[in-house]
Amino acid sequence: MLYLIFWVITAAALLLSWLKNPGRTRAALRTTIQSLKGLAPTILGMISLVGLLLALLPPEVLTKMFTIKGVAGIATISLVGAVITMPAPIAFPLAGTLLALGAAPAALATFITTLTMVGLVSAPIEISIFGVRFTLLRQTLSFGAAIVIGLLMGVSL
Amino acid sequence: MISAYLKKYYLILAVLTVNMLLSLWQPATAGHSLTNSLHFLTEVLLILPPVMILMGLLDAWIPRDLVEANLGPDAGLRGPAWAILLGTAAAGPLYAAFPIALSLLNKGARLANIVIFLGTWGAVKIPMIIIESSFIGLRFALLRLAFTVPCVLAIGYLMEQFIPTRALTPVTEIS
Repeated sequence: MLYLIFWVITAAALLLSWLKNPGRTRAALRTTIQSLKGLAPTILGMISLVGLLLALLPPEVLTKMFTIKGVAGIATISLVGAVITMPAPIAFPLAGTLLALGAAPAALATFITTLTMVGLVSAPIEISIFGVRFTLLRQTLSFGAAIVIGLLMGVSL
Repeated sequence: MISAYLKKYYLILAVLTVNMLLSLWQPATAGHSLTNSLHFLTEVLLILPPVMILMGLLDAWIPRDLVEANLGPDAGLRGPAWAILLGTAAAGPLYAAFPIALSLLNKGARLANIVIFLGTWGAVKIPMIIIESSFIGLRFALLRLAFTVPCVLAIGYLMEQFIPTRALTPVTEIS
């Protein structure tokens, strides 16, 4: 559904652009194809890596990780979140399931933050666009922020 | 020639090697790995082409002045406000945000605002508060929003302290 909306908006924008200026639209599509070509190897790598990680960490193992109590639990959860990356609409139902399984809300906040902001799996793409320094800094700072957010949530919930 | 290809495709080659070794020893896991990847491939194919087309259109139509005035170094408080607005309105995974962020950066956006845009795109989804509160709780969603926004802003300005904008400008297209 979400994807359908996305395609419709894109098609409408493309059509509008074409009606206004075909030449400029062709140039825009050239940029698109060039960028896609540049990104393809890294994206294919990310896809294969995600498949492998999910196969090595089946849902049963993941669920077990979230029932670990205390600091060790938060540490495991945030690390798992930092490796995988997930868009928010998928992360929320997952967090809801984990909450029902007995995960602490503070740990869930950390998990959501690392899940959506930090991604070792998507790091190769970020590096190919922004460089190693930018990627390393952004991901490290975001990981720190996730822990701070978790601690603050723990105090206030 | 071959080494250039090896360097480009190192990740998928490494994973495929692991998969092949795995298929000798644990064929079921290797099979899972492959089906998971195919699932994820369809997701990427659904989301990435429209994002990249929008990125191309953005690149062709949004004038540099507009980006500079609203996200540039002289935009003041308007910068983070626009970055948050753009980031929170978007849907899709973070890796889809990178090409758009690069395009904005090349058009003169300030680094802090770009990082704020990326952080918001990932973790702050105001339209999704309804979903978040229905799955976890409204109090949780609002508190998380209240703590995440300052963190995202802090990360943006900290990044700018550590990375001089000059260091990034040579990146004009995705290599």
